[in-house]
Amino acid sequence: MSEPTYTHILKEGLWVNNPGLVQLLGLCPLLAVTTNAINGLGLGLATLLTLTASNVTVSLIRHVVRPEVRIPVFVLVIASIVTIIELAMNAWLHDLYLILGIFIPLIVTNCAIIGRAESFASRHSVDRALLDGLAMGAGFTLVLVTLGGMRELIGQGTLLSQAHLMFGEYGRQLTLTLVDDYRGFLLAILPPGAFLGLGFLIAGVNIINARREKKAALKTLPIGQPSEA
Amino acid sequence: MQYRQIIITTIILLLFAMMGTLMVAYTFEQTRDQIAANERATLLRKLHRLIAPEQHDNVLLEDAVSVRDEALLGSDEPVMVYRARKNGEPVALVIAAIAPDGYSGSIKLLVGINVDGTLSGVRVVTHRETPGLGDAIDEIRSDWIHVFDGKSLQAPDLSRWSVKKDGGDFDQLTGATITPRAVVKAARNALLYYRDHQEALFAPTASD
Repeated sequence: MSEPTYTHILKEGLWVNNPGLVQLLGLCPLLAVTTNAINGLGLGLATLLTLTASNVTVSLIRHVVRPEVRIPVFVLVIASIVTIIELAMNAWLHDLYLILGIFIPLIVTNCAIIGRAESFASRHSVDRALLDGLAMGAGFTLVLVTLGGMRELIGQGTLLSQAHLMFGEYGRQLTLTLVDDYRGFLLAILPPGAFLGLGFLIAGVNIINARREKKAALKTLPIGQPSEA
Repeated sequence: MQYRQIIITTIILLLFAMMGTLMVAYTFEQTRDQIAANERATLLRKLHRLIAPEQHDNVLLEDAVSVRDEALLGSDEPVMVYRARKNGEPVALVIAAIAPDGYSGSIKLLVGINVDGTLSGVRVVTHRETPGLGDAIDEIRSDWIHVFDGKSLQAPDLSRWSVKKDGGDFDQLTGATITPRAVVKAARNALLYYRDHQEALFAPTASD
């Protein structure tokens, strides 16, 4: 199998095959924690770290593991990595752990991780698996932050509230109150808001993709011939 | 030949299981003391938000007893009480009481009570209340929890210890009544427990 180029891997993770919007993997944590942008960012970064570590490990062991037992081995690898990350954060980044701690076990339920292990990392070289983990993780983080930001903005009229939980005291200045004395729109913060928000995001992506395809189709037409509209 | 395959596959799986377990066990060993120290430090920091460090000279985390009272402390399990003393005299204590009737299950609290029966404050330790509504009881989300500072069973009067919607003195939260109602009740019950057991609560532990 020919190895995909680095740009191709980046494009796949961030847009074409985005785990949150196109593959629709890892919806459980995605829908559950995106009540504001900071929560989204927290879970996104933790997922990015796990995904990258598991991709690299799976790629390293891909010649050793037999096909019949590959799935249990991947599950073992992912569960070990998540547990180790959780313990290490609890010990050495305790303040961050207190905020993100509840999200980290959720990562085990994220099928995007085993999905990438099976469909990409187990078939490609370590450098590409590493980049794929970073790109997919970043794509997932972008969706989480966008959806969290949308729900936060509509639900309580702010952006990046509680940023100090992640960035320390400096973070307080980052919080934007866009509508003063906003009465709040509860639906956006409650679970239905997550489904509605994700639906609108996917619709948006589909519109953009459809427009692009149309443009691309127009460009490929030979000059001088009118298109059959 | 087939048996060979099966055995090799089994050995591979076994090796990975052992490696994974070893790595997790090693990390656990390496981090255990640090995590325990972090948890103690976090608890102490929370206690010190209710009892200022200069108010006492004993070791809060060691001068602790556990008491059990399902009706007033919200749990059929024993809850911890941390005592603060200065020169051997009781100053204040913190009861790790539980509000059992939150909107989504129990709310774990720390109720700080000065020796004169006034609240030094209440803090929420863990809860699962609705994000954006009930979670405003958490100090990092809003200032609501400070309504308890300085309150006692005399001020306001015991009959006024409920949220305004129920005819009491305490503000409810926008869009959430059940959560503040549970916290107000738990704080009142902790004060009642303290009123009835003050002597026993400050009694030195038998091992001292």
